[in-house]
Amino acid sequence: MGRGFPKGTRQLVSIDPINARGDLRLTRITKSYGDFNAVDDLTLTIPKGSFFALLGPSGCGKTTTLRMVAGLEEPTVGSIHLGDTDITTTRPYQRPINTVFQNYALFPHLTIFENIAFGLRRRGVKDVKEQVDKVLNLVELPHLAERKPTQLSGGQQQRIALARAIVNRPALLLLDEPLGALDLKLRRQMQIELKWIQREVGLTFVHVTHDQEEAMTMADTIAVMNEGKIEQMGTPADLYDDPETAFVANFLGQSNLIKGKIEGNDGDNLVIDLFGQKISMPKARSHAVDNSLYAGIRPEKFRITRTGSAVRGNTLTGGRIEDVSYIGVSTQYVVAMPWGQELMVFEQNDDGVPPFNKGEEVVISWEPSFTFGLRGDEDVEAGTEVNPEETPE
Amino acid sequence: MSTKIKDATIPTIPFKARLSRWFGRNLLRIYMIFGFTYLFIPVAYTFAFSFNDSGKSNLIWKGFTLNNWKNPCGAPEVCNALGNSIKIGLLATTFATILGTMIAFAIGRYQFKGRSSSNLLIFLPMATPEIVLGASLLSLFLVFKINPGFWPTVIAHVMFCISFVVVTVKARIASLDPRLEQAAMDLYANELETFRRVTLPLVAPGIAGAALLAFSLSFDDFIITNFNSGTLITFPKFVYVAAARGIPAQANVIGSSMFFLALAIVIAGQLVNRKKAR
Amino acid sequence: MSITLPKVRVPYLLLFPGFAFLFTFFILPIVNLAQTSTQTPIPGGDTGQYEQSFAFSNYINAFLDNRDQFARSFVYATLATIFALAIAYPLAYAIAFKSGKFKNILLVLVVAPFFTSFLLRTIAWKQILGEEGFLVPTLRSLHLMGQQTTITSTAVAVVAGMTYNFLPFMTLPLYASLERIDPRTIEASGDLYANGITTFRRVTVPLSLPGVVAGTLLTFIPAAGDYVNASILGSPNTKMIGNVIESRYFKIVDYPTAAALSFTLMAAILILVTLYIRKAGTEELV
Repeated sequence: MGRGFPKGTRQLVSIDPINARGDLRLTRITKSYGDFNAVDDLTLTIPKGSFFALLGPSGCGKTTTLRMVAGLEEPTVGSIHLGDTDITTTRPYQRPINTVFQNYALFPHLTIFENIAFGLRRRGVKDVKEQVDKVLNLVELPHLAERKPTQLSGGQQQRIALARAIVNRPALLLLDEPLGALDLKLRRQMQIELKWIQREVGLTFVHVTHDQEEAMTMADTIAVMNEGKIEQMGTPADLYDDPETAFVANFLGQSNLIKGKIEGNDGDNLVIDLFGQKISMPKARSHAVDNSLYAGIRPEKFRITRTGSAVRGNTLTGGRIEDVSYIGVSTQYVVAMPWGQELMVFEQNDDGVPPFNKGEEVVISWEPSFTFGLRGDEDVEAGTEVNPEETPE
Repeated sequence: MSTKIKDATIPTIPFKARLSRWFGRNLLRIYMIFGFTYLFIPVAYTFAFSFNDSGKSNLIWKGFTLNNWKNPCGAPEVCNALGNSIKIGLLATTFATILGTMIAFAIGRYQFKGRSSSNLLIFLPMATPEIVLGASLLSLFLVFKINPGFWPTVIAHVMFCISFVVVTVKARIASLDPRLEQAAMDLYANELETFRRVTLPLVAPGIAGAALLAFSLSFDDFIITNFNSGTLITFPKFVYVAAARGIPAQANVIGSSMFFLALAIVIAGQLVNRKKAR
Repeated sequence: MSITLPKVRVPYLLLFPGFAFLFTFFILPIVNLAQTSTQTPIPGGDTGQYEQSFAFSNYINAFLDNRDQFARSFVYATLATIFALAIAYPLAYAIAFKSGKFKNILLVLVVAPFFTSFLLRTIAWKQILGEEGFLVPTLRSLHLMGQQTTITSTAVAVVAGMTYNFLPFMTLPLYASLERIDPRTIEASGDLYANGITTFRRVTVPLSLPGVVAGTLLTFIPAAGDYVNASILGSPNTKMIGNVIESRYFKIVDYPTAAALSFTLMAAILILVTLYIRKAGTEELV
């Protein structure tokens, strides 16, 4: 408020984006609405040139974060830097940052050509026609230049929204649930295409989504957000294989979390008691703070064998098949354990072993190194109640 | 009856039931025909009697003529009154549209102290009977020794049109997706450019609609005009005064022309909208 | 969320010219009217010269002298509103749900008659329903109407005229609220064992209530203050309060009484409207 901007606004934004480029750094950002902190003391660095995803359920603060980076909201506390430039309070049109809006926000009164040319014209760029044509070719829609946005399909609008943003060669491209309005098949296709375009143009992409599969397909780094904070950050594989919290374990895929107690050490491994049965796991994969923990195993890591067969690795006996669902590539079993917990098991349908039947007694086994350990005071339900198809905020 | 077997296989519906079913299905259609007939009777009458070879009093059908249409200004005063109405309408529309659009933007786009009392101030003139608006304004003019006439009438019309403009434009602003303006700012347009290149073009149809509404309200107003126009004759006033001794057929010509003109404008507007939407 | 603009003054700057205008030419006149309403003639002064004497008795006298006209105004306006609702609701319903691709055309047609001048339409009705019109002689010759009975110059004609003239103010808000109803809610009601009438009563009507409230207000308010229909289609026995105010101003030049009557009318309408909105439980109008 009250901060005037200098007359040379155009000068400021038309600095060669290469020079304005750099890592995006958010430092101790808090955004409050009354008593509610939508974003809570968030610190984050997004390296230049990366495809970064902010993943979380609706209301987790990811869109608010994005809007602060775009300049559409101002942080209550904290600062935002792009390279060495402080952009915390800069107006949206003074930042070399462009956004692909949710539902695209194409200007309905302008043609596709003029939509894409909008940013170039505001910046006083000379060769508007050339650049627009080039980007239309990149998104493979040069024939639509003279149409109006309402005459385009959802997928086409999505590409035009992308073209309208990248034609400006921003230091940072923000994507706010860009594929949310597309049907599943088109979404898959666009995921691949977006990734290809990112490599082609070499821009930093920051992608906000509530769809874990989408984030994992596209991003090189994912930050999982929950209640205004970052739960965990890393590559898709890191997050999936070694989640640090129950929220991440449940929000990215499915997990079996079994309450246990650390009994002692065995070299680099921990010996753990799960309701009277001993298992082991690598020390490095435990995030427990005391001797109580949850042992986490992904459903596809489990193997089921009939009682009496030879097995390797960790085993849990006394299970009984409760439910069987055949879904083509795999069969999903629900196995009831003696302590009352039901475990989820996915078995590939790749061997000749006849499927198990409801009511059969079975042994569950898995490779010890697939186990991850969570703190014993975690809420095991965190991140499970989220419906991935629900509309984002 | 030899068709007993047939009756058993294909049950026929009794005539009475069929009739009531037909009525049930078409009741609303029949109603619409009656409804539209009712709506158009006076219009058809006015149009028909614009061809009446009536002389001075256009009460009884005396024969068909095109003279009234060839010479719409034939009756004394009628075109003078029409001219005044158009002049007042254009001026009132211009001012009311400008003032009302500004208010609509303030109320529709900003959160500020006094917003709800602003809404009330806009609602009040619409909830006040025209006769009270007209009479109170005349009293004020009399206090300040301003004689009723052309400009007092324009002022009166601006006053009662503003609220309608605000309501119409506000509705259009409310239906505007705020993300479009955010997108413009994201694409390097500052506040002024965003307004000029995105907000205004998108709200323009609403403003045009509001202006049309204001003009038709102003053009057709009798009660408030009657209080504030003094000796100035407007078209509705002309009709009202002439009603006592018979309205010349030229008034019907003008009334019918206005009808067709307005219809043409509305249809053209719809066509433009449809073309834009495609 | 709207963009935070750098200056807090902007909305006030935008409001200023319009509100200054409304203040001068709407609020000020109403205040002045309130003042005038308690004035009395200057003793020995000319006609039309008054002084302030806080004569609140003006109100009592004005009301007592014109009880009939007040009563008529509200009865006629109420009747016209009810008839307009009865005529407009099925029409708006048919256009909203049963007209398919003709929706826009029908919507234009429903408003189109009101593009001809209000007065011309009213006079057309007077002539159609009058002694020399087509309807009355026909009905008389068929003995459906007494030789002495007339339609014009009666309360029936006045109410009919008001019903017709204020019809679009009823139809358009009704259509707007009916059109917004998702037809699937009506199908859902049928799916949940409600027959056509129950569906209409329990689903359609409640959902269209905002339109009903807006439409009845927009019809009732101008109807209660109207005097044109009464003076063209009526007789001295159908005079409404508007006629009295008009003649007090122009014929008798009795400004205080006219002002007191105007104020009473406005207050009565505002009270009724407030009660009605409370009862109907919607405040979407403002």
